[in-house]
Amino acid sequence: MSKARVATVWLDGCSGCHMSLLDIDEAILALAKKADLVYGPLVDAQEFPEEVDITLVEGAVSSQDDLKLVQKIRRRTRLLVSLGDCAVTANVPSLRNSLRPHDLLQTMYVHRVDADPSLPGDGAPPLLRRAVPVHEVVPVDLHLPGCPPKPDAILLVLGEALEGRRPELAGKVVFG
Amino acid sequence: MPNRVSIRLDGEYIRATRGQTILEAARANGKFIPSLCAMKGLHPVGACRLCVVEVAGVGRLLPACTTAVQDGMSVTTASEKLRHYRRMILELLFAERNHVCAVCVSNGHCELQALAKRLGVTSVRYPYAFPRLEADLTHPRYVLDHNRCILCTRCVRVCSDVEGAYVWDIGARGVQSRLVCELNVPWGQSENCTSCGKCVQACPTGALAEKGFAAEEMTKRLEPIARLASSRGGRI
Repeated sequence: MSKARVATVWLDGCSGCHMSLLDIDEAILALAKKADLVYGPLVDAQEFPEEVDITLVEGAVSSQDDLKLVQKIRRRTRLLVSLGDCAVTANVPSLRNSLRPHDLLQTMYVHRVDADPSLPGDGAPPLLRRAVPVHEVVPVDLHLPGCPPKPDAILLVLGEALEGRRPELAGKVVFG
Repeated sequence: MPNRVSIRLDGEYIRATRGQTILEAARANGKFIPSLCAMKGLHPVGACRLCVVEVAGVGRLLPACTTAVQDGMSVTTASEKLRHYRRMILELLFAERNHVCAVCVSNGHCELQALAKRLGVTSVRYPYAFPRLEADLTHPRYVLDHNRCILCTRCVRVCSDVEGAYVWDIGARGVQSRLVCELNVPWGQSENCTSCGKCVQACPTGALAEKGFAAEEMTKRLEPIARLASSRGGRI
């Protein structure tokens, strides 16, 4: 049997969900027998590949780059999982939503900075008007809330999904 | 008129007291009906609608907290239809304000968060409103954060029913509705507030909290309020 192709991605989040993924400890060895990690901050791939079975998305959709990437991920992924509160609710990244991006950048990079105040230059992805949950821009198959989600819950999702089943999370997981 | 009535709760006969609400009768019989605005010791108002139940012969859902039991009444407290609407109500509450659980003082001790888990809400299907809302930090000991307020009015009622100070009310209409202090003055300028803190304890979320607490640190106690109300002959 060929191995499942699993990807993870880190959008506007703190990487805490990826830390929680690593916190499944030795269980990751059993997963490694059933799945290959084909993309994500933990591996080298530069381009999001075709034909991915499961993608765990950490983080809110906050910039033009996030939006393009998550749209590509949706096209190339069978089971898209929103991993953690930023992906599920926009969470902490949404705290900036009451400010317009220009005012936000002025505040954080110019007004409140003493040394060399300047706006981020070329290469910084333009911000969307608001940081939004993943399912507000592409359809999401499964929501795994938590800040971060518990390692047990991540393991349950991966374990069930790798067996072709849809894990039942209602009543087991919570925001925050 | 007999003081006792019989009602059917999910098919099971139970005895209740005339004047009791469906919610009170259900709880007295160990039956769980989700609610947020109902609180022991305070008069019910039916603000949150989470406790909606089906009553045989009535074509619409009724809030269990404001509907009195009647002899022979047949009530359904759990069904697919009720679960559907209750989840919808919770999701609308989350979408309406900025409930950022991860950084909330009440994270882990919040009734809204706990109900979301219990009712199986793992995401919100409605677009978040992300309104720009303020926090009132003018009171020396307490904080009012409108971002977390669900307009349940427990604070309004505990202040009027139990403390008798009438500090809180709801101002404006619809989605613009806000908890207001007296005639919409900053809390710190209130002339009637006794700083008793009952509103803070009664608040089911992190909207009212004590100052000096970080995320996850604010816990609340409802029992002393219920005891106080009961000792003064208030509604149990």
